[in-house]
Amino acid sequence: MTRNAAARRRKEALQGWMLLLPALAIMLVFTVYPVFRSLYLSLFKYRMGKVPEWIGLGNYEQLFSNSTFWKVMRNTVVFALMTVLPSMALGLMLALLVNRRGRHIGFIRSSFFYPSVMPMIAIASVWMFIYMARNGLFDQLLISLGLEPMNVLSNKDTVLPAMAVMYDWKEAGYLMIFFLSGIQSISQDVTEAAAIDGATGWKTFRYITLPLLAPTTLFVSTIAFTNCFKLADQVIIMTEGAPNNASTLLLYYIYQQGFTNMNYGRSSALTVIMLALLMVVSLPRFFSQDRKIHYN
Amino acid sequence: MKKLLSIALMAAMLLSPMVMPALADDPLQLTMFFPVNVGGSAAQLIENMTAEFNAQNPDIQVQPVYTGNYDDTVTAIQSSIGTAGQPDLFVSLATQRFTMDDTNMAMTLDDIIANDPEGQAFIDDFIDGFMLDSYVEGGHIISIPFQRSTMVLFYNKDAFREVGLDPEQPPKNWEELVDYAQKLTNENRFGVAVALNSGSAQWAFTGFSLQNCTNGVGLMSADGKHVYFDTPENVEALQLWLDLQNKYHCMAPGIVQWTDMPTQFLAGQVAMIYHTTGNLTNIKNNANFDFGVAFLPAGRQWGAPTGGGNFYITKGISEERQQAAWKYIKFMCSTENAAQWSIDTGYVATRESCYETESLKSYYASFPQALVAYEQLPYAQPELTTYNAAEMWRILNDNIQAAVTGEMTAAEALAQAQQQGDELLEDYQ
Repeated sequence: MTRNAAARRRKEALQGWMLLLPALAIMLVFTVYPVFRSLYLSLFKYRMGKVPEWIGLGNYEQLFSNSTFWKVMRNTVVFALMTVLPSMALGLMLALLVNRRGRHIGFIRSSFFYPSVMPMIAIASVWMFIYMARNGLFDQLLISLGLEPMNVLSNKDTVLPAMAVMYDWKEAGYLMIFFLSGIQSISQDVTEAAAIDGATGWKTFRYITLPLLAPTTLFVSTIAFTNCFKLADQVIIMTEGAPNNASTLLLYYIYQQGFTNMNYGRSSALTVIMLALLMVVSLPRFFSQDRKIHYN
Repeated sequence: MKKLLSIALMAAMLLSPMVMPALADDPLQLTMFFPVNVGGSAAQLIENMTAEFNAQNPDIQVQPVYTGNYDDTVTAIQSSIGTAGQPDLFVSLATQRFTMDDTNMAMTLDDIIANDPEGQAFIDDFIDGFMLDSYVEGGHIISIPFQRSTMVLFYNKDAFREVGLDPEQPPKNWEELVDYAQKLTNENRFGVAVALNSGSAQWAFTGFSLQNCTNGVGLMSADGKHVYFDTPENVEALQLWLDLQNKYHCMAPGIVQWTDMPTQFLAGQVAMIYHTTGNLTNIKNNANFDFGVAFLPAGRQWGAPTGGGNFYITKGISEERQQAAWKYIKFMCSTENAAQWSIDTGYVATRESCYETESLKSYYASFPQALVAYEQLPYAQPELTTYNAAEMWRILNDNIQAAVTGEMTAAEALAQAQQQGDELLEDYQ
């Protein structure tokens, strides 16, 4: 009897591992191994075609004393601040807007969602026509209003906001989908009860919808944060980091160090820093899994 | 984009017959990576020329693989070297030569040239100004000039007439440049434009540096191991740019993009632009006004940067493949092909003998503006080229931009560029 049970358990365990194996193998090869490889390489002075030379934390020391690195980190954080909250707010607004029945609601939803399906490269190329100096839509608009053209992409103070606006436009539709499913999973009973008690639209939203959406919001914020750190495409297309690295974001900087400058040691060190950053951003979601944020 | 590109590239590699071992009777299969920086038609031209070569040489089949712009191509080469999908030869910037040598991506060609009875004559026929940036440490030749360009001044003759300037007398020196540019500026038009985006500013700045320098070498030593960014002459050159923007108000403030400039010139929004000869055909076809092409205005002397791409052969391929690649390069750079390539694209013909061909002669007769680039070549020198060239470009560009955006003065910016440049080259000195 017990022997049978033990055998069955072993068999089940084996089955479980077999089922896990493909995912595990892919994780190991494409995620775990590269992480440790980056960690290892970040301790070497290593350029293309050269023999790697152990320098311990030398790459990190060089980065931390490099003003460009701090500028890039600052840009990355500023860009996150300019994109995470606005795109979430916009996504939530859109979700509330399209959370209804109607004849064309499917079309409207897909219209809002559509920008997030397009590749960033395509979007950036299109927005180049908006932001182009003097002849772009935006500058033409300013000129027609009797204002000076701004040439936003070549001004160190406007280049990041300009990219953030574009990114918010793209990302909002994507986040909308999560909020929409979150809203729709809120039980009708609760909202009906609120309506009977005489709650207005705003009050229902403030005291019912928003709190019950908290798990979704946390999830969305994690997505939004990690997404905005994983951006390089639009920098490559629109500015290549100009002017004077005012629009260089961390991932683009890694790319530039690795593939343009062929400095593998430094780009590995930057990758490790990026990973640390992503981990910090994901921590809240990891720890609050079963905390207050859930009501059921 | 680059990720997509490399995926596409890998797919192309896998699907192409290149990865299968060639059978004894099959023609030798060669792969060539090439970039195009001036629009789509050039890619088609390269494919047509290659098809002609393949037809003439049934024992060799060269397959050209379009790999995006120059940067993309370097990335593609770098990530494929040492794999089954590596190219046998490729076109890359002449300025990559120290890096190509240093990282063992490309081989030196001296032995191939020496063993070819026509080799030396083939090399000698190239215009000196273009051959200058084919040499690496030890005087070895590592690359062969192919799609080469230089910078010229395009100017709007109608605008010159409008403000009372002689349309046949473009500015000859910096003083005239400043003077004319101010006269040409009005509320709808700037007098002059120089592209200051990363990847372009260093090119124009090479020209201004050569015009103003007293050491004869401009920004760097010929061996690519030293840079001279912070000389008083270079500070003066950068100050001129800043003055054009902020003091004389005849150049748009901020950073004007290289790719926007032809559009602005064609729209009459700027009267003079510093741009590549590669744009000649575009401007000729689209200008609805009378335009001229001129030497870059001189400082202490005439000066202009050359640029563009050369052929390289991948290091470590078999002798047989090297010879086949060499044969192909000689075909692509033959007098007739180089002349036709120049006419079709606007690149400058790379060989002296090209200028004796009927095709090029009649082209210049019908379109004399094209000849200016050739006449300026004796004053032209390679653009900024050092070890770790890509990073060095970035250093100079970033610091120029720091000056343009007002974060630093010209002297501070170039001093910082000098310091960062020295650090970068430390290992090679």
